Amino acid sequence: MASKQINPTRMELNRLKKKLATATKGHKLLKDKRDELMRQFMDLVRENMELRKKVEAGIQAANTNFVVAKAGMSEEILHEALMAPKQEVYIEAGKKNIMSVNVPTFDVKTRTADANDIYSYGFAFTSADLDGAVKSLADILPEMMKLAEREKACQLMAIEIEKTRRRVNALEHVIIPEAQQNIRFISMKLAENERSTNVRLLKVQDMLLEKKIQEA
Amino acid sequence: MYKAAALGEYDSIYGFATIGLETFPVSDPEEAGKTLDHLAEAEYAVVYITESVASKIQNTIDKYKESVLPAVILIPGVSGNTGAGIQGVKKSVEQAIGSDILFGGTN
Repeated sequence: MASKQINPTRMELNRLKKKLATATKGHKLLKDKRDELMRQFMDLVRENMELRKKVEAGIQAANTNFVVAKAGMSEEILHEALMAPKQEVYIEAGKKNIMSVNVPTFDVKTRTADANDIYSYGFAFTSADLDGAVKSLADILPEMMKLAEREKACQLMAIEIEKTRRRVNALEHVIIPEAQQNIRFISMKLAENERSTNVRLLKVQDMLLEKKIQEA
Repeated sequence: MYKAAALGEYDSIYGFATIGLETFPVSDPEEAGKTLDHLAEAEYAVVYITESVASKIQNTIDKYKESVLPAVILIPGVSGNTGAGIQGVKKSVEQAIGSDILFGGTN
């Protein structure tokens, strides 16, 4: 697009040709990056969806259990039972590089290794339903952590894919055609200049010849 | 070393305390937004937030979408599943591909 003024010079032509070569190479690379990101994203997002469905079902079941447990005992006792949790979750957060996207990895550690430490209360005053409810929640914790890891990765990758896609499109539909058109414009202009120089030289020769004939 | 937190209405999250998450019961959106900001600054790698609370502080949540930590994850509350979590996954598919071709038909 010759929307802006470009100098029809050989230097500009060379510059544009180099730019076009770089853009074409960059376009190819970015396209490859996009395709690979997309492939990995597809796998990841499928896994994400599956995990999410599982976790949501699990949490809902646990919530139901808690409601049942709550119904079987007084609220004060329930609050008291859950007031001082024994267990604590620590997360060792690392980083993983997927196609230059940094995604977190979570390594879950619990304060105590004993699986029974989720029961932070004596069993005397609480209903048995509460034990079941707490257990059902504890069972889905590993999946919840995995979900957190995958979902974050998906979100970050989606952002990166969108960026890459925009870059690819900008190169493909704006930068590269523009450079091609400018190159054509310059080479045509240069050819035109050359022709007009030729014609001018011929004309001068003609005039000189005529002058000589008249003198003779 | 990071920790994990649960944010939401008290009734939806009190159970998470037993399995080792730190619970932050909130009642109004403003408080929830502030708590989330606070959690993001502190050492929390994962924040589970109930869908009903999340829907009111979407702006605050979007702020942390691009950062690596914390991961803000929606979970259904005690009042039922609003589908916001699934919607979030679909949204990232849409963002990446342009349209939801993976889960378009299934819910």
